[in-house]
Amino acid sequence: MTPKSVNRLRIGIDVGGTNTDAVVMEGRQVLAAVKAPTTSDVTSGIQDALERVIAQAQVSHSQIGHVMIGTTHFTNAIVERKNLSEVAAIRLGLPAAACLPPMVDWPTDLRAAIGGHRYMLKGGFEYDGRVLSELDVDGLAEIANDIIKKGIGAAAITSIFGPVNDDMERRARDILQSLLPGLDIVLSSQIGRIGLLERESAAIMNAALLDLSNSTISAFEGAISTSGLTCGFSITQNDGTLMEADMVRRYPVMTFASGPTNSLRGATFLTNLRNAIVVDVGGTTSDIGILAEGFPRQASSTVDIGGVRTNFRMPDILAIGVGGGSIVAEDGTRVGPVSVGHKIASEAMVFGGTALTATDVAVGSGVTNIGAPSRVTNLQPDLLKTALQTIHQQIERGVDRCRVSADPLPVIAVGGGAFLLPDHLGDLEVIRPENASVANAVGAAIAQVSGEVDRIFNLEGATRETALAAAEDEARNRAIQAGAIPQSIEVVEREDVPLAYLPGNATRIRVRVVGDMEGLL
Amino acid sequence: MTKDRWQLGEEDILALEIGAGILGTGGGGNPYLVKLRALEILRAGHKMEIISLASLRDDAKIVPLGGIGAPIVGIERIKEGSEGVRALRALEAHLGFRADALACQEIGGANSMEPLIIAAQAGIPVVDCDGMGRAFPEMQMTTYSIYGHCSTPSAMADPHGNIVVFDQAITEVFHERMARAVVVAQGGSSTLALAPMSGAFTKRAAIPNSYSNAIALGRAILDAQSAGEDPVTAARACTGAKLAFKGKITDLKREISGGFVRGGLTIEGFENWQGQTGDIELQNEFLVFRRNGKTEVIVPDLVVVLDADDGTPLSTDMLRYGQRIAVLSIPANPLLKTPEALEVIGPKAFGYATSS
Repeated sequence: MTPKSVNRLRIGIDVGGTNTDAVVMEGRQVLAAVKAPTTSDVTSGIQDALERVIAQAQVSHSQIGHVMIGTTHFTNAIVERKNLSEVAAIRLGLPAAACLPPMVDWPTDLRAAIGGHRYMLKGGFEYDGRVLSELDVDGLAEIANDIIKKGIGAAAITSIFGPVNDDMERRARDILQSLLPGLDIVLSSQIGRIGLLERESAAIMNAALLDLSNSTISAFEGAISTSGLTCGFSITQNDGTLMEADMVRRYPVMTFASGPTNSLRGATFLTNLRNAIVVDVGGTTSDIGILAEGFPRQASSTVDIGGVRTNFRMPDILAIGVGGGSIVAEDGTRVGPVSVGHKIASEAMVFGGTALTATDVAVGSGVTNIGAPSRVTNLQPDLLKTALQTIHQQIERGVDRCRVSADPLPVIAVGGGAFLLPDHLGDLEVIRPENASVANAVGAAIAQVSGEVDRIFNLEGATRETALAAAEDEARNRAIQAGAIPQSIEVVEREDVPLAYLPGNATRIRVRVVGDMEGLL
Repeated sequence: MTKDRWQLGEEDILALEIGAGILGTGGGGNPYLVKLRALEILRAGHKMEIISLASLRDDAKIVPLGGIGAPIVGIERIKEGSEGVRALRALEAHLGFRADALACQEIGGANSMEPLIIAAQAGIPVVDCDGMGRAFPEMQMTTYSIYGHCSTPSAMADPHGNIVVFDQAITEVFHERMARAVVVAQGGSSTLALAPMSGAFTKRAAIPNSYSNAIALGRAILDAQSAGEDPVTAARACTGAKLAFKGKITDLKREISGGFVRGGLTIEGFENWQGQTGDIELQNEFLVFRRNGKTEVIVPDLVVVLDADDGTPLSTDMLRYGQRIAVLSIPANPLLKTPEALEVIGPKAFGYATSS
């Protein structure tokens, strides 16, 4: 009925370590999907994917209303300790917490990669908003001198109980900024929740990524405008909701777990299954996660990123060392965890290389047909059979570990190596939706926007209900600021945890809302 | 054959984190940060020593001590680091003595490591014992207090450098009440050193082998995890625990009342418990477990909740709707089950009828 009206189409892009995938979507329909190799400059890979997907969809540029990008770029930078800037980690809160300085629980190589500059000063608040120590203004001036001397470009400021009152973090920023106008400054209260070390670590990683996020977002912008698109674009964050590109420039850590989240959200969308196990087979690993009512099941505790403990909301993902590029042992009884990774396109046998990979086994067994099948026809049938069995067993074992109940949940196979899954894993049926290999890009294209509040409220003179309502209003406003349509906003999480052992009715309230992105269907 | 005195290393601390988490029965605070502090102390070259309960001289002076306050304050306003030593030195100065060793009040949760850190800084050992064998919400709920130790004079220190000496409390409950008020004034998380106990009394009143047991328990879980074996089974083998229930949380209520978390959870059974319902009542710690409405485990016996899949001990603030949990029951030490103990930490003390 409805013609393709102006600005109604969305493009979802997933910039992975190996491939850049792109889809054009109209409503619930995938009009076109392409895969392009990720390039080292990022830009040309995206440009290539964009141009090809628009051509394949046979739509005009003016019909595209928004571009959504999911990327593992920033996670990879932390994991690989690459492209990180040196950071001055400044904590306000002495004398408290003196025994555990900033980055105390980081891996030594990551701490070294960002310079290991840590400073502790007086400042901060108590749990109820009282001042812990007055801000050490002279100390800040000394730090400024040290920053100049060492040529550090970014700083992360963390005040004890900053999420309860961010006043000292802001004052410290203003003072530093007046002395060092060019310094990039991150405040912990804008990054995370209660839990000093986890929030502080996230703020420091964020500061270390600012240069990279600036150049990456500019690269995204460049690719989009060079492709002739004039629409806006957003980036997906940890929970599958969107952030404005300019927010990502300032808060790149918010994208850390967006990859698995997008593949889970894409899988539910492509299958209409709201409860399922999702196996996303990449080049080096398979990521297994659980869909509960259409959303990724969240990890119950803290999650490590590159060896650093964080308290972000992230999906509970089990990564097993089997992927399309996994190296197969000579007798086929071992597959992975060593992988040719992104070099699969040149090193796998079907692509002209000499390494026997899981993909070669799949092609040789007739499970899939990619590359040059003639190059694997002389592999021993016994070897192929054993290797394929090994792959299936490893995936089945991983899926079993993730199962939440005896209920036979369906397994959705997605990702570039989805062909490595058999049709059944034990008693579980494996479903392969159309466009399974670009599920991440689809997940990005359907992302929503969110807002969250997590603070300690004092209930003296207020009721629990009024405090919850105040928190919800604040979360809604944050979602609206992030671009949500007010009418579409719903509360997805509302939690109040009274503070044990303390009289005075202090309660930690966490409210989270999501809504549809403005300018979309 | 038993050792009288030995040193702890980093691996012992990592195992203790898990073991103490299990014995915390949902409360006691998360041991992660205090573990980091313990590791920093070891890396700084301090010696962390345990001495056996049996080897104590009768006239030895043993100071019980630990952290006091709200766990959530503790994860944000982390300790300055020498509160414990300040409290200990203030107490020693007030009474004119030197402590021979420190004693743990509560092996469950974060307070298991506090005495190790303070003792290492002060250059004295910690006794292989504790006053609870688990976690309880109030400081008078120790076998030390139950069997007659008067915990005042005591000294409380905060990160700022403030020290309060409680010279006398006419009852242990009064001491607890006054201590709470001071903790709030000091910002919600402090360290309290209690009046010294004699070696003879400690041998009579303390729960023995607390550190050795908790470390062995943690090690069993870690070994099971790395060997790909069932950690829940490992925990049972190590503690004589019984697997009471497995199920999914279908209702969760937590509310504040008098400065404590109270509430409960309902669990829908799976595996052997398919079709059955369990429920747990909590007051900071898990106190009662019922199956199909009938009480099966009750305080002072330990109700332990583990993640059913990976064996991680879950504290009350980590519980989520839909979580898959295993409920274990561990019998309490006989010292917690005498008539005088039950008066303080038995079902009635927490407002439960003794029979169901």
